[in-house]
Amino acid sequence: MIEIKNLKKSFGSLEVLKGINLSIPKGQATGIVGPNGAGKTTLIKTILGLVKPDSGSIRVNETTLNGNWQYRRDIGYMPQVARYPENMLVRELLEFIKGLRNQPATFEHELIEQLNLAPELNKQLRTLSGGNRQKVGATLAMMFNPEILFFDEPTAGLDPKSSRMFKERVQTEKEQGKTVIITSHIMSELEQLVDHVIFILDGNVRYYGSTKNLLAESNEERLEGAIASMMEVA
Amino acid sequence: MNSLLLHIAKNEWKSLLRGKWVVGYALIFLLLTDSLLRFGGGGPEALLSLSNVMLLFIPLVGMIYGILYIYQSREFIELLLTQPIDRKVLFWGLFAGIATPLMLAFVIGSLLPLGWHGILLLDAAASSMVLGLGAVLTLIFVSLGFLFGLAFYDDRIKGFGFTIVVWLFLAILYDGLVLMLVFMFGQYRLERFVIAVSMLNPIDLARIMVMLEFDISALMGYTGAVFNRFFGSNMGIIMASGMLTLWLAIPTWIGLRVFKKKDF
Repeated sequence: MIEIKNLKKSFGSLEVLKGINLSIPKGQATGIVGPNGAGKTTLIKTILGLVKPDSGSIRVNETTLNGNWQYRRDIGYMPQVARYPENMLVRELLEFIKGLRNQPATFEHELIEQLNLAPELNKQLRTLSGGNRQKVGATLAMMFNPEILFFDEPTAGLDPKSSRMFKERVQTEKEQGKTVIITSHIMSELEQLVDHVIFILDGNVRYYGSTKNLLAESNEERLEGAIASMMEVA
Repeated sequence: MNSLLLHIAKNEWKSLLRGKWVVGYALIFLLLTDSLLRFGGGGPEALLSLSNVMLLFIPLVGMIYGILYIYQSREFIELLLTQPIDRKVLFWGLFAGIATPLMLAFVIGSLLPLGWHGILLLDAAASSMVLGLGAVLTLIFVSLGFLFGLAFYDDRIKGFGFTIVVWLFLAILYDGLVLMLVFMFGQYRLERFVIAVSMLNPIDLARIMVMLEFDISALMGYTGAVFNRFFGSNMGIIMASGMLTLWLAIPTWIGLRVFKKKDF
């Protein structure tokens, strides 16, 4: 459960979030879409506590954010750009994060197997391809079985096979009742993964509702067309 | 909280050792100290030469190292910040993780030759003074590097430029500028002013402490001579170490404040 009230954030004179109101119930799979620079990543970073809001409030599972950190025990995050200390081994990174979180890594082996990471475990992170780094990021996000999952452009660097594996995994997480939040520019992918869409434009929420309603309202058959026409109107 | 801090620091230590150049840094001091002791005359002279090198290079290496770490590890720091962990613990963990190996590299690298040439026992006080000052300067300047990295987070060129200018100013220009002021305003009583000014430069403070320890104020700059006359050796050393402690505490504290409030 994530509740955001009148969230505002500026960087210098640039207003990035201009009063966001959102309520994302537990167990919902939500896609965040919008043009580049609309404020998607800033919004996610604010929920994660990386960015401190100027005003407004965020509640995650009954905790109001005020620089606290305990609420992040329930959150897994897969970043858009995954870069790790270069000479660390994949295995060591996983161990390190496990020690940091001190939570049972329930799905570690399952994810390593599913995403085919086993051959990479003893490699240095600098030698990993972009796609494999993404997989490491996905593993880190999901292995502690958190209740809320954030994926920032998750499949951008994945090959088709891994991409399918990843989507299957996200489906499983959804079925287990996880709150899943994904940003992506690939509408066909969102169509498969989410049932609600948040459309952000210029720091405001332009649309928030189920994909079905969006398609019905805009007389489009595909999400891509519906979002594109919303961008054109704006 | 402490075990978590150690966990983060240990991870950095492992990374650093594998990166090998901290080992190289230790070897440089090892070779330098050894050759100074072999070819540079007796113990005190060698220690003095070592402290001259240390006063010049430790600040530069420390600052560059601190700022480089912040710039190189941006995404990793951001990933760590998304984990359930207090920013304060993360800050101290990273700081301890990168400052202590650099500090130990200097201390061990210089300590070993001092040991096998027997200077450590002969000039115990002076040796430990030089090693201790090097260690404290490392911490101070890594902390400053951290601070500049956080302050110029998105502008690396500015960050590096600022770092180099600060180093040039503190390590090289400062004493000259003070001397120039003294020449210009020679007709006034400037002792207090000069003392106040030298307190504002950690490198100067360390230099003064070396001078007071070796009792050679005339050899190493103007501020030291004044310091010596004003405080005398013991009092001067106590004053200077107090100020160095402040120099360590204040930038680190500001760095922590910035880190806690920062948008990543």
